[in-house]
Amino acid sequence: MIATFATATDLPDIAAPDIEYALLAPIFIIAGAAVLGVIVEAFWPRSSRFLVQTGIAVVGIIAAFIDTVWVFQDLDPVKDASHLARGKIAAEGALAIDGPGVFAWGILLIFGLLSMLLFAERRLEGGLSGFTGRAADAPGSAAEVEAIKHRVEHTEVFPLALFALVGMMLFATSNDLLTMFVALEVLSLPLYLLCGLARRRRLMSQEAALKYFLLGAFSSVFFLYGIALTYGYSGSFRLSDIDVAVTNRSDSENMLLAATALIAVGLLFKIGAVPFHTWTPDVYQGAPTPVTAFMAAGTKAAAFLALLRVFFVAFGGSSWDWRPTIVAVAIITMFLGAVVSISQTDVKRMLAYSSIAHAGFLLVGFTGAYIGSSDSSRVTSTSSILFYLTVYGVSSIGAFAVVTLVRDSGGETTHLSKWAGLGKKSPLLAGSFALFMLSFAGIPLTGGFIGKWTVFSAAWSGGFWWLVVIGVLVSALAAYFYVRVIVLMFFTDPVGEGPTVAAPSIMTTGVIAVAVIVTLGLGIIPGPVLDLAQHAGAFVR
Amino acid sequence: MNEYITLSLILFTIGCVGVLVRRNAIVVFMCIELMLNATNLAFVSFSRQNGNLDGQVAAFFVMVVAAAEVVVGLSIIVSIYRARRSASVDEASLLKS
Repeated sequence: MIATFATATDLPDIAAPDIEYALLAPIFIIAGAAVLGVIVEAFWPRSSRFLVQTGIAVVGIIAAFIDTVWVFQDLDPVKDASHLARGKIAAEGALAIDGPGVFAWGILLIFGLLSMLLFAERRLEGGLSGFTGRAADAPGSAAEVEAIKHRVEHTEVFPLALFALVGMMLFATSNDLLTMFVALEVLSLPLYLLCGLARRRRLMSQEAALKYFLLGAFSSVFFLYGIALTYGYSGSFRLSDIDVAVTNRSDSENMLLAATALIAVGLLFKIGAVPFHTWTPDVYQGAPTPVTAFMAAGTKAAAFLALLRVFFVAFGGSSWDWRPTIVAVAIITMFLGAVVSISQTDVKRMLAYSSIAHAGFLLVGFTGAYIGSSDSSRVTSTSSILFYLTVYGVSSIGAFAVVTLVRDSGGETTHLSKWAGLGKKSPLLAGSFALFMLSFAGIPLTGGFIGKWTVFSAAWSGGFWWLVVIGVLVSALAAYFYVRVIVLMFFTDPVGEGPTVAAPSIMTTGVIAVAVIVTLGLGIIPGPVLDLAQHAGAFVR
Repeated sequence: MNEYITLSLILFTIGCVGVLVRRNAIVVFMCIELMLNATNLAFVSFSRQNGNLDGQVAAFFVMVVAAAEVVVGLSIIVSIYRARRSASVDEASLLKS
């Protein structure tokens, strides 16, 4: 009896967790909007549900964006840091609300907003959205015909995309490996489902979902085992504790190497780096194009932030171990992405391989690991990658928006030969696609050029000049393909009837216009955004 | 202690080989679940070794995530099965360059 009393009094009070709601508000707003969407799904009449869901998603994202700007401006500089860093560790150490993380929130929300507008486009399919009416029906079955007749629509796509957005935002700011794993799953699971919901070519869409799911789950298990080994090595999930253990080399070297490798597998899979890229072309091609746009821009941005954070903060002390591997991966990724995209005949697959090549260029900036110094204003690795992700994300959403508009009787026509003569049919559309291609190729006066220049400059400052030389050569190689697409659109006669260009509503037009303005604007006056990225500073530990 | 880690590694490897050689999507998925559970064993063993509870908490998180993954995964596999009357991963090959 006495013993139980003793233990009861010895137990410390469990302190309530201290959550900084003001700092975390953007995540809560998006999560709240997603939950609201689920409730609307259950109670709102079907006739007006699509509009309500669109409204909730768009308003939620805009509100979260405004709040993100506010949070970004209020981030306090970290004292006694050797490099510029702003922000603090929040939510009992689970999240790091710092400059790069909040900047990433901003660009993720912009990508989310643009993608939501593409999701909401209904004019292209005769008043129905681009998602299947009832995913449970087998393609070609009587039930599917009935669903189309009754004009059923899946409005769940909006909450699903918002949940994925929450996962991305958490992934970009997670400060311990367990939070990072949960965020990875929260971002992936809705995307697996969204991939399988295309209205046209449903078998391909379902196949894309299956491939993405099986490979994604497989890679995240590797990531998880890496976390387990890191935990065994350092005794903690917290990135800063792992950093201490790694710097002191507290345990066996082999275990650290295995842990780093397994974590890298999971993260490199998400950014689509070679040799973990094989899912990218299949999933990009099979998924509904708005989802592809969302995935291409958002997943890559979130996963790159997580990659930077894990390797700079937690494994920074063992950079001599992982850097040679990342250099090799960067070279192979750039090269393979550029070379294989030359032989592609499908626009969406071509854009997928181009995204692989871009992952390689981003890895070049990452390898440089240039963290800057107080007496120089040269661009750091983190801010160069943030800038590149901004440009790449917006232009790729624009490019996929163009893909949704080039159609024939069977829906989108993505075979490259059908795109011949698009310039004569619709000079504006072909012109904007050409601009995105030039930006991907890194031609001056487009955002892509400045993006490439910043990542190469960061790698150069980090002492990897020879990697920069390889990068420049590969971009020249890749430029050949992009220019070939432009020649095809403008200077080749169309085959037969040629492509038809559907008349979109204001939403898709708006997305393409915004993407054009941003791509050009960041190419001509990159200063403000570049300053903002540079101002974000380093990761907070 | 090392025995548990070794067992977890063996289970992980069995799961990994299963994913690579089996052809039925359901079985592939079961192998992924096996790998997740091997990871749980590693978490719990390391938790004991390190003398803190973080690893055990992580194991709970992994179980919840695995449950969510089952929901999403089975729904995708079932919808593919309805369309094709087969859950073989080899037959799903429309997407090729």
